[in-house]
Amino acid sequence: MVYPSLSFDNGSPIHPVSAMDYLPVESLRALQLHRLKATVLYAYERVPLFRRRCEELGVEPRHIKTLSDIRLLPFSKKIDLRDEYPLGLNGASMLETARFHCSSGTTGKPICITNTPDDIAVWQNGAMRCLAMYGINASDVLQVSYGYGLFTGGLGLHYGGEGMGCAVLPTSGGNTERQVMLMRDLGVTAIACTPSYFLRIMDEARKQGVDFRRDTKLRHGIFGAEPWTVEMRDNIERETGIVAHDIYGLTEIAGPGVAGDCEFRTGLHIWEDHFYPEIIDPETLEPLPDGEVGELVFTTISRRGTPMIRYRTRDLTRLRTEKCPCGRTMRVMDRISARSDDMLIIHGVNVFPGQIEAGLLRVPSVAPHYQIVLSSTDTLDLFEIKVEVTQEAFTDNVGAMENLRRKVLEAVKSIIGLTPRITLVGPGTLPRSEGKIKRVIDNRRKGQ
Amino acid sequence: MTVKQISVFVENKPGRLAAICRALAAKEVSIVAMSLADTADFGIVRMIVDDHPKAVETLAAAGFAVRETEVVVATVPDRPGGMAELMERFDSAGVDIEYSYAYAPGDGGKAVLVFRFSDNAKAEAALRE
Ligand SMILES: [Zn+2]
Repeated sequence: MVYPSLSFDNGSPIHPVSAMDYLPVESLRALQLHRLKATVLYAYERVPLFRRRCEELGVEPRHIKTLSDIRLLPFSKKIDLRDEYPLGLNGASMLETARFHCSSGTTGKPICITNTPDDIAVWQNGAMRCLAMYGINASDVLQVSYGYGLFTGGLGLHYGGEGMGCAVLPTSGGNTERQVMLMRDLGVTAIACTPSYFLRIMDEARKQGVDFRRDTKLRHGIFGAEPWTVEMRDNIERETGIVAHDIYGLTEIAGPGVAGDCEFRTGLHIWEDHFYPEIIDPETLEPLPDGEVGELVFTTISRRGTPMIRYRTRDLTRLRTEKCPCGRTMRVMDRISARSDDMLIIHGVNVFPGQIEAGLLRVPSVAPHYQIVLSSTDTLDLFEIKVEVTQEAFTDNVGAMENLRRKVLEAVKSIIGLTPRITLVGPGTLPRSEGKIKRVIDNRRKGQ
Repeated sequence: MTVKQISVFVENKPGRLAAICRALAAKEVSIVAMSLADTADFGIVRMIVDDHPKAVETLAAAGFAVRETEVVVATVPDRPGGMAELMERFDSAGVDIEYSYAYAPGDGGKAVLVFRFSDNAKAEAALRE
């Protein structure tokens, strides 16, 4: 990766913000241990729930002598943030606090996270390191189409972009017509939004007769905040000619900028000098060695606002054991295309929406718009997948259309082993994303 | 004679066909002939209209999946055996009929059939013989 002439005084092609990415592993582990100890002590002093749980387990901060001692500590979950709403897990005073972020989740009370100025700086650092890794620099025009506000997406990428010296266009979400117009007129080179909202933007561009390759300067997409598959990435790249980068983050830990993919696409490098990852078996809660798939758990070893110790993300992934050819020492996790919360049980089989997406998008000429509909009668569950027919895929021939439907069915069936009913629907008829998309409609009666 | 036909994808959902007709009516496009081929899951509406480019533009803008296809129209001789004669011509030319539908032109003339053949050009040649 070579950066253009805004050359750095040491002549290095690496952006200064990326220097930590290459920290030798021994130094990284020493730094992590140092920060972990400090964070545990801090949380023990300041967060009563954490202290109480430690006491129940008979653990004290002095027991943390090595990184693997982290397994002595109690876990935390989203429900804790909800139960302790609004600020029970908060460690900072209002004087120390710089900004709140909240997320509603799907049901019930929201969760509130406090950030000190240092926390905001750490988060910005994470977002900047992602952008630098994607090859984005001060010459780029960054359109931030994530929602601004309580949600971390907008402000996270905003400050990341400003930190990199980008010209930031803070469109936030919505008003897709104007998004496309501004993108073209201002020569936007990079856009940050959810992948489903980018599909919406692609639709709108098509409608306006805007060809990404011909009429825009867009080269980078920074997509996250919802699970998406490699197949979706390939589809977006093929249709628009941009590079679709993956960014990971969550409000409970920071926001977008916790992890991202490098040009080798081995997975996502985690900025583990701030966000210490573990993989655990979600059943036994035992830590799993690198290389094994389990639930991702984070400890915020730099945060003081709301320090999260062993926070269970509900995301399923694994930490890779092999070194990434890019030279970064920060560990790589597989991209997250499945969240344990999203798992559907259909006819007794565990199915992730990402598996269905992967199947669908393996069929050329199928639109990336789909909806999974589950309903039940007295005796059986109905499992339907609605797929939009593209203008290009439509032919006058009934047999050819039936064939397309059969191909979609086979592709999905080969992955999940179930036979859904595939319904072809007209272009533009399925709901579009204004931010995070809801692709599963589950009308089944509960308790089945 | 070869004419242009418009094919439109329709879901099996009430009101889709009406929506197509309404969209065309709003732009004052007349539908000269129409046929609906449907399966259990979806349908294809095929139409011949008086203003072909306008119809395609209107339907595409309304978000429908639209395809233009060429079809052959043939007048059926108005006597017993007229239809059989026509079919025999196509048979001997070795062309298959993919689908066909009829319409009656408003001028009170003979019934006209619309055909889509495996090979339209060959079928047309057979008609001219
Ligand atoms: Zn790498």
